[in-house]
Amino acid sequence: MIPFDQLLVQAINGIVTGMILALVASGLTLIFGIMDVVNFAHGELFMLGAYVGTTIFVTTGSFWVALLGACLTLAALGAALQITTLRPLLGRDPLTTILATFGISLVLQNYALWQYGPVPRKITEPITGHFQLFHIEYPWYRLLIALLSALIIGGLWLFMKYGTYGIWIRATTQDRLMASAMGIPVPWVHTGVFAIGAAMAAASGVLFGPLVGVNHAMGFDFTLRAFVVVVVGGMGNLGGSILASIFLSLLEAFASLWVSPAQAVIVSFVVLILTLLFRPTGLFVPTPK
Amino acid sequence: MLDLQDVHTYYGKSHVLHGVSLEVSAGEVVGLLGRNGVGKSTTLKTVMGLVRPAAGHVRFEGRDLTGLAPHHVARRGIAWVPEDRRIFRLLTVMENLRTGLDRQGMTEPRKQELLEKVYASFPVLRERRHQAGGTLSGGEQQMLAIARAMTLTPKIILLDEPTEGLMPRMVAQIREIIDVLRRDGVAILLVEQNVPLTLEVCARVYIMEKGQVRYRGSARELQANETIIQQYLGVSA
Amino acid sequence: MRFGGLNALNNVDVAIQSGEIRAIIGPNGAGKSTLFNCITGVLRPTSGRILFAGEDITGLPPHRISRKAIARSYQITNILPGATVRENVRIATQSRHHAWSLLRHHRSYTDIIDRARDVLAAVGLAEKEDDLAANLSHGEQRNLEIGIALATEPRLLCLDEPTAGMSVTETHAIVALIRRIAADLTILIVEHDMEVVMGLARTITVLHYGEVIAEGTPAQIQADPRVQEVYLKT
Repeated sequence: MIPFDQLLVQAINGIVTGMILALVASGLTLIFGIMDVVNFAHGELFMLGAYVGTTIFVTTGSFWVALLGACLTLAALGAALQITTLRPLLGRDPLTTILATFGISLVLQNYALWQYGPVPRKITEPITGHFQLFHIEYPWYRLLIALLSALIIGGLWLFMKYGTYGIWIRATTQDRLMASAMGIPVPWVHTGVFAIGAAMAAASGVLFGPLVGVNHAMGFDFTLRAFVVVVVGGMGNLGGSILASIFLSLLEAFASLWVSPAQAVIVSFVVLILTLLFRPTGLFVPTPK
Repeated sequence: MLDLQDVHTYYGKSHVLHGVSLEVSAGEVVGLLGRNGVGKSTTLKTVMGLVRPAAGHVRFEGRDLTGLAPHHVARRGIAWVPEDRRIFRLLTVMENLRTGLDRQGMTEPRKQELLEKVYASFPVLRERRHQAGGTLSGGEQQMLAIARAMTLTPKIILLDEPTEGLMPRMVAQIREIIDVLRRDGVAILLVEQNVPLTLEVCARVYIMEKGQVRYRGSARELQANETIIQQYLGVSA
Repeated sequence: MRFGGLNALNNVDVAIQSGEIRAIIGPNGAGKSTLFNCITGVLRPTSGRILFAGEDITGLPPHRISRKAIARSYQITNILPGATVRENVRIATQSRHHAWSLLRHHRSYTDIIDRARDVLAAVGLAEKEDDLAANLSHGEQRNLEIGIALATEPRLLCLDEPTAGMSVTETHAIVALIRRIAADLTILIVEHDMEVVMGLARTITVLHYGEVIAEGTPAQIQADPRVQEVYLKT
């Protein structure tokens, strides 16, 4: 029988990882929902965000400035990428955009390797120290990550619900042509959403950085998991991907009580396959009428 | 004000408009009649920039609109109310209206004023303002679609079959709205299958067949001309 | 036929005689496409039956409907653009005459190719047999579609707005074609062009809001006040 405190620790770990994953997956699902683009470069945006964060951190010594700076830089990069590479491809065969984003991911990965070298970098977390959780010392920082992610996602939700541009985004997601006929500049909405997605990926990268060390391959694991989340949560469904992130991360966290974490990933894939077989529109999507 | 010259539009290889020419002057209510499938909706979509003509020109207030993206066309002062209404089903009534209200150059007081005016014309929308668009009845959705177009304070509204599928009471309401719009000086290009309604509200009408304009004249003239009505709009061949 | 809360077709009773040309007309949203889709197996009716030559075909999927010798053309051209005109028709012909040996080369099935050529001649595309289907004009592509449908040797041919998007000349050409092939077939045609309908059909069925409101010869339909009202919405 597994001791209760271990279960609790894993539950908290699951939620923490889940929140970061939610941050990454939200951007991905937003981008897909509005412009039908499967962004294979998302993990690289995460990774570059972390790297830019380390550079700014080294210069300024402040974690918070690094976080903000990384988000802004990646938002700009995301916008530039979308305008140059994806906008001309709007309306074409989805395979074309998949290839395009895959190409971007390769370019970004190798750029990072060239620019920053193969040695992992470090960011120091803003809050060190632990608190007592039963007989385990649990780092404060991990709780901070979960809290910040929740705040960012909450902010996004409020923006989408009440902001003018939020309404533009939601209208464009539902009916691109009608939104355009209402004077909404659809190409710019697409760019904006891509930038937001990139910024969120960057934030996740910086937040996650202190946990693992920043290296050019850190994106891959997260991209893969993010895609699983997006499918399980329902493609384009923001609420669904958040729930799915937490759900899958909790499952994996509990699974790693019995097997190694590397093997625990299998759980996520099992859920993915079951979802595709039985509820392909997403587990957390209300049945379409 | 709105001028189409010899417009040819294709859907893929299907040649749907074979050289359409028509005009609408400022403040005029003009009808576009014809049976199913003759290209009436396609004409409106071409004006709106939703399809790009293969040949010909669309001009508005003297400036060439041909091939402009729809959001630019909307900003020049043209609003579109499509045949299938296309309201944003997951947005509330209020949010649907905001897609038009929240634009450049609109101050808060001005938005409130416009909103009040729209609610005055469509009281049922005020009642349902927090309801999701998809939960409205067909007639209410049509009201919302027209109201939404009005929030753009357009110079001309392209109205595609507003009375289709509506009960007679709602048809009467639509008729009133058209009057309100006309009194406000908004021009309307009205595509309809309801011939009597069209002849009542429009000053001039065009009749299309097989992608071309086959008749143009005043509504009064057409009303008296049973032969033409039967030929192009009725069941005889 | 109900779609959720919408009664798209309400107690529609239609009987089509063998060998006739029947047209279905009606305003927007009358249910013409729905009826068509029920007959050709794209939709399954919620209630009622569809009988063909005495056999119940209600709810059969499209490929089974095809085996019953019912063929259909589509509004959006459904040809294989990368294949030649002859190939397009040959593939359809083949569906009727099994040619499943892995060892024989496709060119050696001369009987099938001959049949395909006959069909091409019937639709006036004999000279273009080696052209790529994608290179045909729009009107010729619609002819090819009809040819593909014909190649399956149907007893009932369903045509969905065959003259949509055509110029007056192209329309006349298609009407002539339909008249030619009508000799050996029963044809069901959904159309909006009144000239075509009145000129071709022996009987016309008029749908409105999912119900049959009139049925008769062109002359009868033209004179029918209910039909006139529906079209002129008095």
